Amino acid sequence: MSPAPVLGYVDRPGWLHTVTGTAKLVLVVGAVVGAMIGFDLRYLLALCALSVVAWGVSRVRLRDLAAVLWIILSFMVLNNLLIFAFAPGYGTELFGTRHVLLDGPGRWDVTAEQLYYQLLVTLKYGAVLPSVLLFIATTRPPEFASSLHRIGVPYRVAYAVSLALRYIPDVQREFRTISQAQQARGLDTSSRASIPVRVRNLVSVLLPLLLGSLERIETVSTAMELRGFGRGRGRTWYDLRPLRGRDAAVMLLGVALVIVPAVLLVVDGGRYWNVFAG
Amino acid sequence: MTVPADRDRPSADADEAVIELRDVTFQYRAQSEPTLHGIDLTVRRGEKIAVVGASGSGKSTLLSLLNGLVPHRFGGTLTGSVRVAGAEPAAVPLVRTARHVGTVLQDPSGQFVGLTVAEDIAFSLENQEVPSAQMPERVRAAATAAGIADRLGAAPQDLSGGQKQRVSIAGVLVDEVDVLLFDEPLAMLDPATGREAVELIDALHRERGITIVIVEHRLEDVLHRDVDRIVLMADGRIVADAPPDEIVASGMLERHGIRPPLHVAALACAGAPVTAAQRPANAERIELTETQIAAIRTWVASAGDLGGAPRTAPAGSLEIEGLGCVLGGGDGRGVRALEGVSTRIGRGEMVGILGSNGAGKSTLARVICGFEAATAGVVRLDGIDIAPWPIAERGEHVGFVLQEPGQMISASHIAEEIALGLRARGLDDAEIARRTESVLDVCGLRPFRTWPVSALSHGQKKRLTIAAVLALEPRVLILDEPTAGQDFAHYTEFMDFLAAVNAGGTTVLLITHDMHLALEYTERVLVMAQGRLLADAHPADVLTDADITARADLVTTGLYALARRCGIADPSALVRRFVAADRAARTRPDAPVTSAATGAAPEDTPAADGGAR
Repeated sequence: MSPAPVLGYVDRPGWLHTVTGTAKLVLVVGAVVGAMIGFDLRYLLALCALSVVAWGVSRVRLRDLAAVLWIILSFMVLNNLLIFAFAPGYGTELFGTRHVLLDGPGRWDVTAEQLYYQLLVTLKYGAVLPSVLLFIATTRPPEFASSLHRIGVPYRVAYAVSLALRYIPDVQREFRTISQAQQARGLDTSSRASIPVRVRNLVSVLLPLLLGSLERIETVSTAMELRGFGRGRGRTWYDLRPLRGRDAAVMLLGVALVIVPAVLLVVDGGRYWNVFAG
Repeated sequence: MTVPADRDRPSADADEAVIELRDVTFQYRAQSEPTLHGIDLTVRRGEKIAVVGASGSGKSTLLSLLNGLVPHRFGGTLTGSVRVAGAEPAAVPLVRTARHVGTVLQDPSGQFVGLTVAEDIAFSLENQEVPSAQMPERVRAAATAAGIADRLGAAPQDLSGGQKQRVSIAGVLVDEVDVLLFDEPLAMLDPATGREAVELIDALHRERGITIVIVEHRLEDVLHRDVDRIVLMADGRIVADAPPDEIVASGMLERHGIRPPLHVAALACAGAPVTAAQRPANAERIELTETQIAAIRTWVASAGDLGGAPRTAPAGSLEIEGLGCVLGGGDGRGVRALEGVSTRIGRGEMVGILGSNGAGKSTLARVICGFEAATAGVVRLDGIDIAPWPIAERGEHVGFVLQEPGQMISASHIAEEIALGLRARGLDDAEIARRTESVLDVCGLRPFRTWPVSALSHGQKKRLTIAAVLALEPRVLILDEPTAGQDFAHYTEFMDFLAAVNAGGTTVLLITHDMHLALEYTERVLVMAQGRLLADAHPADVLTDADITARADLVTTGLYALARRCGIADPSALVRRFVAADRAARTRPDAPVTSAATGAAPEDTPAADGGAR
């Protein structure tokens, strides 16, 4: 009965599903950190290729995550436009050369350096976000918290993540109900109303939602305290699979994803692989 | 009062008191007066007791005292001595008490912390750092005891209220507790599920020897299975503590805002009240005298013709034809929530929509209001097909009041809240003022008109949401579970108010699984099961029809059993007679309602508590 989540676990077991959450988390963290350090084109391309392979073996379909992918794509385009609008000369600044491809108005000339820079930024999206999405789509939610805990995140923080996941569907449903009830009273939040009216009406929806959520938190924390949460220094997990060979391999890959760009920093003599040099 | 010296069930350590309260007085920090006064209570190992009392009687606070939430979480001044499972809950950490005393809170969904059933049951084990490898076995054992072992992998949003409650029970059973505390376990359940819960609690008591304390005001449902004692509370004191038969026969329940079992009330109406020796707690077991049976028969026969005439529906204001609705996507995976529902509701009628949770009652209302799209059929209002109308336009004609008032109130003052919808519809100030004044009177909110919303009790908030909807002057008013969780006195007060609204010409549809409500306040009910309309009849006919009640997960009331025991061929005649007598009693000015207007104490209405802080 619950509506299909925009972003959530996809129950269609593939190879990635059999890897423990912990191992996948290490891989994702590796990819994120690696992409943060590395601006090297070759590395980012390799990371993108890895993402494509991972999608392939995950049996997660693009359609499963269509909504999120569209959002990301829109952001990517917007981000690129904004970079060009506000810093059209940043590429030149970075690489010290200037090859004008198209003579634009004012300072908005299209240079090869700028395009190269923006390509790198775009590749970062392509390298990082699919792996994060894949992690979420192939890891059963109960495993999130235990995986976070196993890589060193304090269990209270880890459990907070799990609890947030637990309540997302409830809050979604509640939002829908409240919003419909307010619409029935004439408080329109759809596109038919003007923006200021919509904002005001949306407040009338969010306020009860917020108060309801606070009450819910009160209940949950009472229930958790009654069942002994937060008393001990540690915690064990019901949903914790032992690590196996493939997990070790995946984790090694994750570590490599961080080491490679670190090495490239030295090789390239900076964060960028300057194709315009020499 | 008396505490029984001899107990039915012998037990090795029968005399060991597992709960012992001596002269306990407790005052919440934010309150000016104590919520509990001089409480003395002993519960021995293996006993099963029910604590009943109106809202604000202190029964929930008493429960919090036993599990340590008072004073660990809800602070205040505590005097006297409290001992539970050999320790003072106030002096030891909360979790130490929780090892012995398991609490099942009222809202089964709020306390579900795991992402799956198994994980939720394991929660306490995880906190105790039990190795992962040992958990599945213990989880399975607890789940089996609570009857939920077949759903271990399910997510909370895929479970019904009754199933969630079973998960909560398993989640405390996993600790092998000696005592189980239930805080209004029936409040969120439909009648059949409620009976199953009562049966489960009884099984845990009998088979595992767990000491049980149930706080509840739906006494008749609790008495579906035996309890050893009933503790009756009023105004923070224990006013009676005795075996159920004595309490039920004593007449004290009515005086303290608790609805007595219907068969007992009927016998009283017929002029043949019961005595404790007749074991009146359960309609199946009561030992009726010849005089009583004769009295009931005469009483029923004296009624003459009571609403037995075929009903002629007044001119249709709301017509539904072949209505269907599939929820959750049209790609064949959706759930058929409604199928082929056709009916006609006349202008000015008050109709109950009965059925279990998930039977399609709420979906029907949501489709009428445009919250969900109909996948088949039409809805007509005064002959006009409303399919093209958006939600807002439907809202002008059909008002929908959600169960939880918190979901509807967004302004901080009463008048503002009422004006919100009017302003959105672009009415001028004079008209807004006129309508606000008028609904303030209708809903009895005039005395509170300048109050902030946060200072209102639950029942008053509920009235406010109705006022805000009524201000739009809809022709049809739909209410979802209007009286859920309210005690008898509040319930009566509230339903009388709705009856007055209905008398003013508004058509009222009541979605409920409370059969008493349907019986006492409606002349017609629609019974739904699995998305279909199962029956459309007088409530007395429905609730004495074993076939319909079984198919709709309703239960026959004690009146049905009484009719059978008295050899009355048509049980619905007895029900009609009783309802007529009950209504007559209600319309008398000295009707034995109230303690209701006193406003509820904080533990039952968190909002009022919040306002006081």
